[in-house]
Amino acid sequence: MKAAITIVAVAALASVPLWLRDPYLLNALITTGIFVIGAMSLNLLLGFTGQLSLGHIAFFGIGAYVSALTSLGFDVGLPGDVRLVHAPWPPIVGFVLAIIIAGLCGYFVGLLSFRVRGAYFVIVTISFAEVVRLVALNWVELTQGPLALTNIPSIALPLPGFGELTLRTKLQNYYLVLVVALIAYLLIARLVHSHFGRAMRGLMENETLAVSVGIDVTRTLTIAAVISAAIAGAAGSLYAHYIRIIDPEVFAFINTVTMVIMVITGGKGSLAGPVVGGLIFGMLPVALRPVMAPEAQWIAYGGVLIAILFVLPQGIVPSLALRLAKRRRRRSPAPVTLAETAAKEPA
Amino acid sequence: MSEFLQHLINMLVLGGTYALLGIGLTLIFGIMNVVNFTHGVLYTFGAYIMFIVVQQLGLNFFLALPVAVLAGWLLGAAIELTLLRPLRGSDIDTTMLVMIGAWIAMQSGTLWIWGGVAKSVTTPFPEAPLVLGPVSVSWLRLFVLAAAAMLILVTYLLINKTSLGRAMRATFQDHDTASLMGVNVDMIYTSTFAIGSSLAAAAGALLGPVYVIFPQMGDLAAVKAFAIVILGGLGNITGAVIGGFILALAEELGAGYVSSGYRDAMGFLIIIAVLIFRPTGLFARAERVG
Repeated sequence: MKAAITIVAVAALASVPLWLRDPYLLNALITTGIFVIGAMSLNLLLGFTGQLSLGHIAFFGIGAYVSALTSLGFDVGLPGDVRLVHAPWPPIVGFVLAIIIAGLCGYFVGLLSFRVRGAYFVIVTISFAEVVRLVALNWVELTQGPLALTNIPSIALPLPGFGELTLRTKLQNYYLVLVVALIAYLLIARLVHSHFGRAMRGLMENETLAVSVGIDVTRTLTIAAVISAAIAGAAGSLYAHYIRIIDPEVFAFINTVTMVIMVITGGKGSLAGPVVGGLIFGMLPVALRPVMAPEAQWIAYGGVLIAILFVLPQGIVPSLALRLAKRRRRRSPAPVTLAETAAKEPA
Repeated sequence: MSEFLQHLINMLVLGGTYALLGIGLTLIFGIMNVVNFTHGVLYTFGAYIMFIVVQQLGLNFFLALPVAVLAGWLLGAAIELTLLRPLRGSDIDTTMLVMIGAWIAMQSGTLWIWGGVAKSVTTPFPEAPLVLGPVSVSWLRLFVLAAAAMLILVTYLLINKTSLGRAMRATFQDHDTASLMGVNVDMIYTSTFAIGSSLAAAAGALLGPVYVIFPQMGDLAAVKAFAIVILGGLGNITGAVIGGFILALAEELGAGYVSSGYRDAMGFLIIIAVLIFRPTGLFARAERVG
């Protein structure tokens, strides 16, 4: 049943460019897809370990900058009259490096910030993202500061025997984002349903108890942070090569908030949640654009976030799953416990 | 040397308003266990009240400050009653996210009403600064320091010498016991949030005329307030005052001797450094887990 829904959903998403020819909508879908990947990675931390990271955009932005700088090349002076010169490499290498370096940053941030919990964790993660933003803004020699990195090359896929395929059109980029999103989704699904996933959820539900049964808290949380950061870095790289221009505003706190709204609305701790929430909040600006000014839209988003937390604190997907399970139970009384467990399990 | 003295003078002026911001946040954080993301918006709100009263209504500059404090108090009370009271007993993440939603909505509201163009406020103070030997300080900044010091003193007396303050301190220590002893905890929460908000509005009203007023001005202020709270310890007013001056000093020295682009990075670096190397804060003993 669940596998069927997933396959239908993927098929539906894959068919979109066949009937949707409007470049504006396709562009909105691509950027939405990139942010959905970011939201999925955030959900790994927020929904499955219970750690609210409000600096998540840092990993996205680091991925974007690493990928852009790898493919553009740079020439910077370091202290002690050393010059670090880098000749441009293919964007695909940048994509891989973005994942690795974002993951490494996730490791260090996780190692340091998991010493504190709750509000303090949130504040450390925000501070980290802001420090990275200020470095991107002020290290002009490397990042061009507010002037932005421009002319970032599109990703080129090497095809053995046929040379390479440069992904320039919206259609090609749409499928690239879809494939990366699908890989990220399957990776997270696999992780969550593994032994490691149970350790993560055990930690979220009762840390003291989890420790007492031998779960290594710092190790578990740090691994989750590394994977989450690496996925966010991949999303950032896709963003850099698709938009082809990045400036320090990519690190803006509002972008983290966008991801958080996507996760909370869709349902944290549910695999499909960030996808549903992401599609809603990614496409909502398109639907609202003719009727509402951007500022008014943001007022509405703030209101929606509050309303969801008041009315549907679990988010859309878990609430729907629960309702579906209840209806099925009314129809056939036999598999009560099974259906209930299934409803509580992330979709 | 005179350069260093000038930095010290600037530090005093900045530190006073930072302390106001920090006290407001530390009260709310300490007593209610709410991470108040609307604190920065209240700061912005106070600055815009100043702008409305002085520039648009043409009233006296000195009248605008009490108006801003009162308006901040009312808005804070409204936020507490509508958003936080129904969520009493929810976990800290939920209230934090609700406050983020409120912050986004209110900041966008500010942008919608007043637009993104920075506003400035004309002050009744002379242009020429007060020159004291090698250093100089503008009269406006001196007024800001004096007003901030007065507000800090009033808050200190309110917390330590009044029965409301005693009830607030009791609630901070143990809200269940305080409730059993006849303290109206709901009322204390609303008062705390209103007082904290009015202090943020006061800080905005004081610093707004020094710089310029724009909708996002509160974002950095909020982060600085968090840095001060983390430095000073939860619910610790004296700690918040000291933290405010430490942050101001770090910013002045960072901007003066490192690079002015990194002035605003100081707050974040302090947060990270304190939480990593001394997670209990400089003056607090409580563990940083809540």
